[in-house]
Amino acid sequence: MELTGAQSLIKSLESQGVEVVFGLPGGAILPVYDPIIDSSIRHILVRHEQGAGHAAEGYAQVTGRPGVAMVTSGPGATNIVTPLANAFMDSTPLVVVTGQVATKSIGTDAFQEVDITGVTAGVTKHNWLVTDARDIPNVVAEAFHVATTGRPGPVLVDFPKDVANSVTTWEEPGPVDLPGYRPPAAADPAAIAAAAELVLAAERPVLYVGGGVLKADASAALARLVELTGIPVVTTLMARGAFPDGHRLCLGMPGMHGNYTAVTAMQRADLLVALGSRFDDRVTGKVSSFAPLAKVVHVDIDRAEIGKVRRPDVAVVADCRLAIEALLAALRERAAARPGALDPTRISPWIAMLDEWRERFPLAYDRTDAPEARGGPSPLKPQYVIEQLRAATPEDTVLVSGVGQHQMWAAQHWRFDQPRSWVNSGGLGTMGFAVPAAIGAKVGRPDRMVWAVDGDGCFQMTAQELVTASAERIPVKIAILNNAYLGMVRQWQHMFYEERYSEVYLSPDLPDYVLWAEAMGCVGLRVTSPEEVTPAIEKANEIDDRPVVIDFRTDSMEQVYPMVPSGLSNDEIVLHPSQQGLAR
Amino acid sequence: MSAGSPRLAATEPLAGPGPAVAPWSPSPRAGKRLRHHVVTLVVENKAGVLVRVAGLFARRGFNIFSLAVAPTHDPRFSRISIVVDVDSAPLEQVVDQLDKLVNVVQIDELHPLDAREAELLLVTVAVDGVSRSQVIQLAEVYGGKIVDVGPGAVTIRLASAPEALDDFEEVVRPYGILQLQRTGRIALPKLDHES
Repeated sequence: MELTGAQSLIKSLESQGVEVVFGLPGGAILPVYDPIIDSSIRHILVRHEQGAGHAAEGYAQVTGRPGVAMVTSGPGATNIVTPLANAFMDSTPLVVVTGQVATKSIGTDAFQEVDITGVTAGVTKHNWLVTDARDIPNVVAEAFHVATTGRPGPVLVDFPKDVANSVTTWEEPGPVDLPGYRPPAAADPAAIAAAAELVLAAERPVLYVGGGVLKADASAALARLVELTGIPVVTTLMARGAFPDGHRLCLGMPGMHGNYTAVTAMQRADLLVALGSRFDDRVTGKVSSFAPLAKVVHVDIDRAEIGKVRRPDVAVVADCRLAIEALLAALRERAAARPGALDPTRISPWIAMLDEWRERFPLAYDRTDAPEARGGPSPLKPQYVIEQLRAATPEDTVLVSGVGQHQMWAAQHWRFDQPRSWVNSGGLGTMGFAVPAAIGAKVGRPDRMVWAVDGDGCFQMTAQELVTASAERIPVKIAILNNAYLGMVRQWQHMFYEERYSEVYLSPDLPDYVLWAEAMGCVGLRVTSPEEVTPAIEKANEIDDRPVVIDFRTDSMEQVYPMVPSGLSNDEIVLHPSQQGLAR
Repeated sequence: MSAGSPRLAATEPLAGPGPAVAPWSPSPRAGKRLRHHVVTLVVENKAGVLVRVAGLFARRGFNIFSLAVAPTHDPRFSRISIVVDVDSAPLEQVVDQLDKLVNVVQIDELHPLDAREAELLLVTVAVDGVSRSQVIQLAEVYGGKIVDVGPGAVTIRLASAPEALDDFEEVVRPYGILQLQRTGRIALPKLDHES
């Protein structure tokens, strides 16, 4: 059957099971937009290509399926570089198709020409420039294979206009033939045996759970491992929800803004079992003093993560779910041979110590019902807004955030109980992530309520995508924690630059977020006092035919606590002022 | 030397006014005593592979002493030989990151003691009536070949172990090196003689 290269591309996407493409057309990609009219694929027209990329990321993070975005050459392609870099850092499977000038024009500085495979080589798992339309089915199959297997990540397919216009045939792609691409599969039994012995010998063990557990759909296996061993869990920023916060052995989030118990448990541990986590600098603090007493078992599907930051005692290069299941089997075998080997009393002093820390050093902030404690222009505390939002929304709500103080408060104060219920930009720290990512998340999970907690600085970067959401009837809900500042930068200037506030003030009412929301077809609400919080959230929850934006005017002075100052040891964690005098 | 400027061109640019053959002032071979390992990659013969490999070194802050690229006996693959400065990054990390490049099919990390290494050198040496025969003699001692002779210079080609090239450079340096180009080392594993 004869068809154009463009038709072949769309047919290839369909055959990969693609349901949704986020994109924005332009000159070089024009031929591909024609067959979209006749395709089963839903195309969502964004207002800026960055929005397409982040929406595809949000879609991928909640569904586990690859997000797909399509943009034109040149500026369209460079506008999606940030989402590619973001997805690369957070191991999110993404397939981005870019238009390209005709093959004969490549290298001539043609209109809207950019060497996008060159530009994105460092922020993609791999990329392809298609030069022959006959290659399309195989290239698309390879692209989805690479994006979704091993350590997931973004890929890019660059698609010249003449290839799109050429006449070709479509054949079912053969088995993927990539001789240099061999993702690991099962865990090495010897390494698993060694890991099991360390687990049995440990007196102060911690499971250090990262995003890899979510990527591997290993939450259920992890829960069985915790059940069997009684070992407490910390979930990193990328792993919130991988293990339920409601579980008595969940210590919450470690790291620069982690809670005291999660941070200190790692510092005092004699064994860290790192599951799909990468010893990121925001978790370790100063590496040389991180978890100084701990032996390390490092499970990761990416061999290059092993020993990159911390040399493990046992390395397991494998998919997290397979590795955890193998470890479970090895532990059960040993427990059967050595009765009492997994007796909970072996670590009960450790658990008692953790419980005491939790009791004495919970997350703390000055409550809004005691405004006299701090004074200041607004009594509305951002943490209070998040707590009320959690209380007023369904259990399975998907929470999305941007980057900054609001992100840390969300990660700290939201109760995450389900995998894939948390979408944020972790490794790259991309401001403006929340609005488009929430749209993608809602498209991926229309059955779920999707709330974004955003900052006022972040919101101004990508708010235009709410026009997309209104036009496409994607009823996301945005809670702006509007403190009139680039708050996290302000916090660093407060703590490390002697309160010299340089270029961080934004104003609470320029723009007017309610009017802006209304102009974009959303419902806009404003909340200035604690009493208004829950009624506004309940009102927003009832609106299901358009997006809602709530402008929460929160306390500008609020800081994120605890905090491990950059470059310092996790032992130097700075607690909330109300806890700073307490003996540890 | 940074990854962005592997030792590909030892000559000054020839563009612009001035003598076509300017005396080249060699940098002392500072890298000679640093620890270096040869990593040989078998890569798919596809567009942009060299950019991906070189870009990875630049991005990760790994340093390259030299780089040699050429097709193998199988036209689908090329072999890239990279001399890596293992003081800049743990070799294991270099290898693991290279392994993630989809076009990299095989990686062999060769310790200098386990490798058969070779390199090619072309050097133009200033000579006069007295020194010409001395230089030609030296070239013969090292197994080199005179490939060009001019009124005040000779060009010598020498293919040998990289260390022999280093030595040869030193012995002809006093005569005046006008231009010098080396290919970077290539390597294959030593054969197992035991079985």
